[in-house]
Amino acid sequence: MGGEELVRLLTPEGERVEHEDYESSLSRDEILGFYRDMVIVRRLCNEATSLQRQGELALWAPLQGQEAAQIGAGRALAPQDFVFPSYREHGVAWTRGVPPADMLRIFRATVTGGWDPNRYRYSLPTVVLGDQTLHAVGYAMGVQRDGADEAVMVFFGDGASSQGDVLESFVWAASFQAPVVFVLQNNQWAISEPTSLQTRIPLYHRSAGFGFPGVRVDGNDVLAMYEVTRRALERARAGEGPTLIEAYTYRMGAHTTSDDPTRYRVEADVEVWRHRDPVERVKALLARSHRVRAARFAEIAEEADALALVLREEVLAMDAPPPTAMFDDVYAEPHAWVEEGRRTLSAFLAEVAS
Amino acid sequence: MTTMTMAKALNEGLRRALESDKHVLMLGEDIGKLGGVFRITDGLQKDFGEDRVIDAPLAESAIVGTSIGLAMRGYRTVVEIQFDGFVYPAFDQIVSQAAKLHKRSEGAYTMGLVIRLPFQGGIGAIEHHSESPEAYFVHTAGLRVVACSTPNDAYWMIQQAVAHDDPVIFCEPKSRYWERGEVDLDNPPAGLFDAVVRRPGTDLTVVAYGSMVKTALSAAEVAAQEGRELEVIDLRGLSPMDLDTVAASVERTGRLLVVQEAPPIASVGSEVVAAIQERCFYSLRAPATRVSAFHVPYPASKIEDEFRPSVDRVLWAIDNLMEHDS
Repeated sequence: MGGEELVRLLTPEGERVEHEDYESSLSRDEILGFYRDMVIVRRLCNEATSLQRQGELALWAPLQGQEAAQIGAGRALAPQDFVFPSYREHGVAWTRGVPPADMLRIFRATVTGGWDPNRYRYSLPTVVLGDQTLHAVGYAMGVQRDGADEAVMVFFGDGASSQGDVLESFVWAASFQAPVVFVLQNNQWAISEPTSLQTRIPLYHRSAGFGFPGVRVDGNDVLAMYEVTRRALERARAGEGPTLIEAYTYRMGAHTTSDDPTRYRVEADVEVWRHRDPVERVKALLARSHRVRAARFAEIAEEADALALVLREEVLAMDAPPPTAMFDDVYAEPHAWVEEGRRTLSAFLAEVAS
Repeated sequence: MTTMTMAKALNEGLRRALESDKHVLMLGEDIGKLGGVFRITDGLQKDFGEDRVIDAPLAESAIVGTSIGLAMRGYRTVVEIQFDGFVYPAFDQIVSQAAKLHKRSEGAYTMGLVIRLPFQGGIGAIEHHSESPEAYFVHTAGLRVVACSTPNDAYWMIQQAVAHDDPVIFCEPKSRYWERGEVDLDNPPAGLFDAVVRRPGTDLTVVAYGSMVKTALSAAEVAAQEGRELEVIDLRGLSPMDLDTVAASVERTGRLLVVQEAPPIASVGSEVVAAIQERCFYSLRAPATRVSAFHVPYPASKIEDEFRPSVDRVLWAIDNLMEHDS
C-alpha cells in the first residue's frame, strides 16, 4: 500500500516502526489526546450523517477513514499558523477549536460560511475545487512581507490535484518560496473517479517538477502525519519554502450523503482499508504499549456520545435566518442595488403578512 | 492643475496609493522593469521595491487568487490584467471567491482588491486585446465596477478604488491612454461611483462610459451645430450605477441614448435603459435606446471602426430618436 517511500511510524496492527528520516516524539498522553480527537470527530461525523438522513441537514461530507490525516496535520499546527480547508476537513476544524455546530451551519444551509476565520485561524469551506490553494499562497506571501513566524497549510484532494489553480499555486509557491504546506489527502476517490484517472505518477512526485519537496505519508497513521507535517511547517516558518504532503488514505464512506459508492467501487477494496483503520491502530498501540485501560477508552467513547448529543440539539435549534439576511454582508459598504432588493423583499413580505 | 496623459495620471495615482498605505501592493505580468505593456506602472517597482510591485508568473487565475489571499491577510493588491481578453482565466476566482468571500465570512474577510482591466478597442490590435467584458462583472453581486474616461478621473478614481473595502473591477479605456487632459492634484472630482454631467443640454440625454464619453461629446458638438443640445453623462460607476443623476436628466430631456463599446445584449446599456424606463416612463418622449457594438465576436481590427460606435453612428441614432415626438 502506497509504495516503499510511504512514511509510516505505526502499522495497521498498531506496531511502532522506525523510519530513517522521521521519529515520533509524542508522549503517551499526546497520543491518547490524538486518539480522543479521532474518536470524537468520527462520532460527530456519524451524528451529522444521521442528521442528514433525518432531513435535518441538506448535505454532509463524511470524513470517515481520514481522521488520522486530519488530526495529525491539525495537531502539528502552531496557534499562529493559518489553515485553508477544502470541505471535508472537519477533523482539522476540530483541532482549531471551531465549534462543531458551526461546522454544520453550511450543511444545514442557514449560512454559506459558518465561523469567523480570523478567530480560529482556519478559513471557510471552499467548494470550487482547488481555489483555496491560491488563497493560501497569497496569504503566505503576506506572511513573508510581514516577516511573521507563521506558516500556512492548505488542504485539497486527489481530484482537485487536476485543477489548474492547484498547479498554478505550485508554480507560485515555488517561485516566491512561500511558507505554505500543501496537504493532499489522496483518499483514492474523486466521487466516482479513481486516482488513476487524475494521475499516472504518485501525486507526491508532482512537486519535484515544480521545484519543492514532496512526501507520501501513511495518511491513516496519525503519528507519521503529525511528524511529517510538523517538519514541513517548521521548514516553512524557517523560510525554506513549500512542501507537498500526500496523505495516502481512503474515503471509507460516500463522497457526500448524495453519493452512492456501491455503483463504482467493490466492497472487497473497502474491506482491505477497513483493516487499516486509523483509529483502531492507535487504540491497539495505546492498549498494548502504553497500558491504557479499557475504562479510559470507554470514557472517551462516552464523551464523544455526549458531544454528539449536544451537537444534535444545537443543530435542531438552528433556525433559518430571516429572508432579508441574504442582503447582509454582500458588500463591506452599502450598495444601492442590494438595498433596493432589501426594500423590495421587505415590502413584499410586509404586504403578504398583512 | 497640471496636464498629463491618462496613462501618466494612472501612474501618478498608483504612486500616491503606494505612498499612502504600506499595505498596498501591485501584482501583474511585466509590471516591474517594463512598467507594464502600457507603461502604467512605469518606475513604481524601482521606487517601491520588488516586494510591493511584483512581477507575476503568467497565470491570471493565480494573480487574482493570490491577491485574494493577500486581502485576507490585510493587504490591498492592485492587479493588472494585461488585456481585457486575458481576464477570463481568472473569472472563477473573481466571481466565486473575490465577490463572495465577504458574504461567506459574514464580514470577517475584507476583499481590498482592485483588478485593473485595460478594456475596449480602437487600437488596431489582434484578437483578445479589445474586448468590453464589464457586463459579466456588473452582473455579479459582491463586485464593484467603474470606468474612467479622463486623466483627472483616472488619477482620482484609482486612488479611491484602492482605498475601497470591496473588490473593484477598474476599467481603463486603453484607446484613451495617450490623450492628455487637466488633472487637479488637490481635489477629487466626485465620489468613485458618481455619474458626472460632462456637458449640459436640454434635448436628449446621452449616457456613456470609458472611451465612448469622448465619442458622445464629439457627437454633442456636431449636434449643437444643428441646433440640438445634448446632455452628456459620464456614468463612471457601473456597479453601482448613479441612476439618480441619469433619471434627473431624462426627466428634463425626455430622451435617453446609451452609447457603449460593448455588444448590446444584457449589457450595461440594457440595465440603464431598463432602469430609466421603470423610473421615467411618463417623462420619456421617445424609446430609451442603445447604440452599441454588435452581437458578434470582436472583429478583425481593420473593421473595428464599424463595430465600435462612431460619432456618425451616434448622430444617426440621435436623428432617429428626435423624430419621435409623443
